[in-house]
Formats: sequence, structure tokens, C-alpha cells
Amino acid sequence: MKTVSLTIDGRKIIAEEGTKLLWVALDNGIYIPNLCAIRSSPEPAAACRLCFVEVAGKEAPVTACTETVAEGMVVNTRGKKALRLARSAFELLMASHPVDCAGCPANRSCELQKISGHLKVKLKTKRLRTLLRELPIDDSHPLFTYDPNKCVLCGRCLWVCRQQLGIGVLGFAHRGFQRVVTTFADEPLGQSRCQECGDCIAVCPTGALSFKDSAKPAARAVKI
Amino acid sequence: MAEEAEKIRRETGRVLGRFSRKRGNLIPILQKVQHRLGYLPREAMLEIARFLDIPEIEVYGVVTFYNQFRRNPPGKHSIRVCLGTACHMKGGYITLDAWKRRLNIGQGETTADREFDLDTVACVGCCTMAPVTVVDDKPQANVEPTRVDGILLAFEREREKKHKENRESS
Repeated sequence: MKTVSLTIDGRKIIAEEGTKLLWVALDNGIYIPNLCAIRSSPEPAAACRLCFVEVAGKEAPVTACTETVAEGMVVNTRGKKALRLARSAFELLMASHPVDCAGCPANRSCELQKISGHLKVKLKTKRLRTLLRELPIDDSHPLFTYDPNKCVLCGRCLWVCRQQLGIGVLGFAHRGFQRVVTTFADEPLGQSRCQECGDCIAVCPTGALSFKDSAKPAARAVKI
Repeated sequence: MAEEAEKIRRETGRVLGRFSRKRGNLIPILQKVQHRLGYLPREAMLEIARFLDIPEIEVYGVVTFYNQFRRNPPGKHSIRVCLGTACHMKGGYITLDAWKRRLNIGQGETTADREFDLDTVACVGCCTMAPVTVVDDKPQANVEPTRVDGILLAFEREREKKHKENRESS
């Protein structure tokens, strides 16, 4: 295994050659906000625009999930320019998110709360006008509830459903503001080919997919 | 209904016979099937997914992403409400609401009797006539909700006239 040495936030780190910066940082206990990143995916989606970092010698911030580590790389995860981009992306995301943490099953385990704390941006953004999607909640499945309003379109659930389990019930459909994670013909999940493994719920970073019996923990820890 | 299902199966099968099972063929297949049937029914989408061995949601995702694909059969008359900048400023969305209310269908849908289908367009290039609705490929000027009623009334009259002629000739 060939390795490279680099510096992240002043810390010297040895990493495997060819790895993406995001995973190296996370594995070394340096948190970079991220939602859409999937370790086992051959191509990063780079859709959430939250993992911006600054690399010495590069004029503009880069997304850590697409940047391959290189020898002698100097990375600053808390650079002003990078955080500005990440904050804007987060605020845009939250502008169409119903913020009801007290009544949400993901409260305290929610990735959005974690990112909000890390970026020091309030969950309820004041800078942008709130525009909610107001989509119907799918309550048809006996085991879990799907609230598309809380979905951030990270794509983790459809990745486990399709790539890891080979089922492929969930997917993206429609376009623009109407884009949703849904089933074929927008059918209720209760009528779909869902095999009830619960992995999509385990990987959901928000409260969009949640078990009906909130006391029941995720069936198993799922790594993606 | 059974006749229609048979037609969908036959035409989809005919198109699929000319393609290999590569997932890259998805869009050309969808285009050809729509060309033959006028729309992409649920059964055709399922058949295509089976043929390419991909999850059916993937076909649905592509069909709902592109404006060129329709999931409802075309009506006898097509209604296209312009929502370009000028038409938007002149209340094109109010016109769209009027059409929706009068025809009792949503955007991209067809009335149950297959008389009308309703959709939007981005701009048809005659902004001085805003708000524009293109009715059967003919742009209509200043289509405000009252004009919507007028256009529908004209269609109604025409239908009555034809009905009467048919009765007289038989």
C-alpha cells in the first residue's frame, strides 16, 4: 500500500494513496460536514456542497469528497471562504426544511443538527425566505414512516436499497424543486417490493425515514 | 381497455426487439415507444425496466425528469399554457389555474374523455400577446380566465354541431 503524508488543520496525517480527502479527515477524527458522501460509491455525487475545504495553492475552495489526497497537501477545513460556501449551501437546504426538532424522531441523532452546530448556523435560517414543499407523508408501510418534507435528497437510502441489497425500490424522480425520493409511479411504500430490511432508515441522516415504534433501534448498523 | 393493454404490449415489444439490453439504450427506447403510443404508460415502463434489467424506479426517474416524456395519453386537443417571463408577469399562472379548474385536471394530465390535455411551455416567442395559451398548435392572445371559458365554449359548440350533423345524415 502506497501512502502519502499531508497536513489537515495543522495535523500531520499519513493516508493511503488515491483516497478522497473527506474519508481521510473523518477517519482521523477531523469532522467535515457531509450528507451525500458514500464511501463504497465509485463516484462521489458531490451534490450536497457541504464538505468545502481550502487546499493551499488552490485559489478556490474544493469539495473534500472529490479531492484525492496528495503528497505534501496542506488542508484547512475551517477556512473563511470554504465555510462561507458550506454555510450558504446549508442555509439553502434548511430554507425548505420543516424545523420541528422536538417532534421529530431523529432529534439528537440528526445530521442536520450536527452540521448546524459545526458550522454555527441556526437551523431556522433568517437570511433566506422559507419555502416548504408540503408533500404528503407516506404512512402506508407497517414498519416505518416516510416524510419527504424532511428529506435532503442525499441519496443514501437508494444507494443501500439498490447497490448493496439489489432491491431498488427507492429512487429519485421529478425535477427541480419537485425532486423527491420515491417509488415507481409514486406508489405508497406499503405497496412496493420493500423487503423490510430497514437499512434505508439506518442510513437516513434526518428524520425523513423513521421507524414507527421509535423505541425500536435500527435493525443493524449499516456501513456505506 | 383490454384492447389498449394489448396495443401497449405489442408496440413496446416491437420497439424492444430492435435494441440490445444495454442500459444506455433507455432514452432511445423511451422515445421510440412514446412515438408509437403517444405516451409512456405504466405497463410500458415496467416492460422496459425488465428488458434492461434495471429497477423500475430508474425508468420512472428518467421519464419524470425530462419534459419530452409524457405519462398520460394525448388528448384530442392540446392546451399549452405559456409561463415565460412576459406571460408570467401578465398572470400566466392564473390562466393555468383557470384551465386546471375548468378541465378538472392537473398539469401534464389528460381529461377522462381524452378530449383535452394540459401542460405548460416556457416561451412561444409571441410575448406581446401575453398571457398566451397555445391551443392545438395555435397561439391564442390574452388568454385570461374568461377567455378560457370562451375557448372551451367554442369547442363545445363545435362538438354539438358535429353531433347534430351526424344525426341528420343518419
